[in-house]
Amino acid sequence: MELDPLFLSRLQFAFVVSFHAIFPVFTIGLASYIAVLETLAWRTKNPHWVRLSGFWIKIFAVVFGMGVVSGLVMAFQFGTNWSNFSYTASNFLGPILAYEVVTAFFLEAAFLGVLLFGRHKVPPGLHLLSAYMVAIGTFISSFWILSANSWMQTPAGVDMRDGMIHVTSWAEAIFNPSFFYRFAHMGLASFLTGGFVVAGISALYILRGHAVETSLKALKMSLVLLAVIAPMQLLVGDAHGLDTLKHQPAKVAAMEGAWKTESGLPLLLFAIPDQEKQTNHFEIGIPKLASLILTHSTEGTVTGLDAFPRDKQPPVFVVFWSFRVMVGIGMLMILVGIWGAFKVWRGTLLDSRRYLRFLTFMIPAPFVAVLAGWFVTEIGRQPFLIYGMMTGAEGLTPSLQGWMALLTLIGYAAVYAVVFTAGLYYLRKLVNAGISDLAPAGSDTGRPKRPMSAADDTSAPSAPAFFNA
Amino acid sequence: MYDFTYIWVGIIGFGVLMYVLADGFDLGVGILFPFAKNEEERDIMMNTVAPVWDGNETWLILGGAGLLAAFPLVYSVFLPALYIGVFLLLAGLIFRGIAFEFRFKAEPGKKGAWNVAFCGGSLVATFAQGAVVGTYIQGFKTENFRYVGGAFDWLTPFTVMTGFGMIVGYALLGATWLILKTEGELQARVRKWAYRLLMAIMVFFVIVSVWTPMIDEYVNDRWFGNVSWLWVMPALTLITAGLVYSWLRKGHDALPFIGTIALFGLFYAGLLFSKWPYVVPPNYTFHDAASAPESQLFLLIGILFVIPFVLMYTAWTYYVFRGKVTAGSGYH
Repeated sequence: MELDPLFLSRLQFAFVVSFHAIFPVFTIGLASYIAVLETLAWRTKNPHWVRLSGFWIKIFAVVFGMGVVSGLVMAFQFGTNWSNFSYTASNFLGPILAYEVVTAFFLEAAFLGVLLFGRHKVPPGLHLLSAYMVAIGTFISSFWILSANSWMQTPAGVDMRDGMIHVTSWAEAIFNPSFFYRFAHMGLASFLTGGFVVAGISALYILRGHAVETSLKALKMSLVLLAVIAPMQLLVGDAHGLDTLKHQPAKVAAMEGAWKTESGLPLLLFAIPDQEKQTNHFEIGIPKLASLILTHSTEGTVTGLDAFPRDKQPPVFVVFWSFRVMVGIGMLMILVGIWGAFKVWRGTLLDSRRYLRFLTFMIPAPFVAVLAGWFVTEIGRQPFLIYGMMTGAEGLTPSLQGWMALLTLIGYAAVYAVVFTAGLYYLRKLVNAGISDLAPAGSDTGRPKRPMSAADDTSAPSAPAFFNA
Repeated sequence: MYDFTYIWVGIIGFGVLMYVLADGFDLGVGILFPFAKNEEERDIMMNTVAPVWDGNETWLILGGAGLLAAFPLVYSVFLPALYIGVFLLLAGLIFRGIAFEFRFKAEPGKKGAWNVAFCGGSLVATFAQGAVVGTYIQGFKTENFRYVGGAFDWLTPFTVMTGFGMIVGYALLGATWLILKTEGELQARVRKWAYRLLMAIMVFFVIVSVWTPMIDEYVNDRWFGNVSWLWVMPALTLITAGLVYSWLRKGHDALPFIGTIALFGLFYAGLLFSKWPYVVPPNYTFHDAASAPESQLFLLIGILFVIPFVLMYTAWTYYVFRGKVTAGSGYH
């Protein structure tokens, strides 16, 4: 069998990025939540907020640590597997990615240590400030990385001279056409992820009868938030889709499974796209709805995949179905959020264990939705690496052979399996230890820079009882 | 347009040196792990680096991202050329990091696997770094700014030798660090290791110094073409090695570590002077490898703002964890 370095490199990158992305997408939302909790704690002096914040800071520490470890590989992968791309685009991508790293370090160096270990060592105001700075820092970090990604989707502000990309306008390149939509979409996705995890864990504690009063406060807060944010995400996602239609029509055609350019395009609920025959099997759709959504007219014309030569079409099946997974979960989130807010309003939250149990099952949902969304946008860009400027094949490392890519793919999978196991072990330990009755640990020895060691601070005498409840 | 290339040579050069020194000693402690007498000694050894090792490694990520921004040619030639080596380096570092956390949590008597992972990860990562240095010395097969060599061009007798040299060097850094941070019987034993490692590193120094001019005409010409002030450096190296030896004999705690740092600084400077101005030998200089001036400037602003903070925080961390580590005082 011929090992294709291009395919294997794409697979490897997809694997590493997917594995890495789930951590920051959670920490960005969680950091903001912690900042809110710290603010409440500071203003009301209510011990519930301090306990909650102490608990989530520990979770944050572990997830942040896993994000850093898995990100280590990414800093080098651009060069090992995509050296032509890295070199050609270095004048723009180099500084942008370096800023991302620099932001993360600045954040870690200055404020993360204080947030994790400094509650009893620094004045409360400074601790609160650290919470804000960490929250803002995670956003700045994602700002840079999403700018780089958006630029690859909708390049702007650059010239190609002698085979090298040169920046002609930093503002145009950084704030490229798809940037704001993507940033808003990812920001809300982070809040949704953080919100559903907090809601799920709080529901779990209520079901187990652990720290019920505190957990109920957290649950109510997150449900109200979700009821607002989940519908908002639908609107932002729609706007993002319309922007994509303008700049990357082939991607939208793949998302809709539209092989032919036509007016009155149906919204397909189910179909088996067949790239070979350039058609769908077993289509079930709502007539004219896709046209209505995309052009705001039932008879609007939507460009189909027939407008693109076959070698410029993205793989339709994966894009089509990833899109449906993302939207389906999104709809479910809206339902769960609004239902929950309604129960909060009626004061019936604790009446049914079923809803609470359902919330615990929802914990993985936002992660799946985020990954599905990334599959849509990244696979939908194929065969391009920099849309319209450079294909994946052109960006690949010339000296890379198939077996090398395969070997490291297997290797990274093995390494990440260990990291993931370690992370889950810590997280399980923290969740089982529960929300501490004492004020969060101040008895530590002031070790900074070691996010995962925050997990040690849990005193978990009664852990097994919670676990079996 | 201004040219910021030399400023960036300074920044990246400083970052690489910081990484080598900082992660060098904690990798060295991992390399020395098997020579400890019992688990208690291993606990102490690990505790001397536990608060600082992940901070030390941040310099590596900064270096990777900084290279892409400032010298993209280095990034896009070194990484493909050292493809397998880079994988080993990263895998080694990650396993080692995981071992750090898990060994402390493992029950007594079940630490063996984590000891192996910690030492093995350190050895592999260090060897890979030594091989990177060796590969830099022997040069890259490039065409039109692209690496066109094979998957194992980086693995030659010469680079295997530099890989082992690096292991010895980091072990010496680790040993002198342990002399600084420990006391009693363990310290006395580490001192004995340090003598041997010092001898061994000087042997490697001589081998590299003789072998490099033999495989590299450019280096040969630089050192033997016309005798210059450059020869001050090997002289300084010998003097420093002698000082470290006498400080070890006199029972100093801190000076051997500082002396070893100076020794590394001299090796590093010697390497750069030998190859200057080539950063992707034999074809490309620092200027060929640099990014566009506007890109260099754009990042420079942020870097100059951040580095002082990182340095201050690093200094503070080391200050907080100053002093000897003893059996009971581990913070785990």
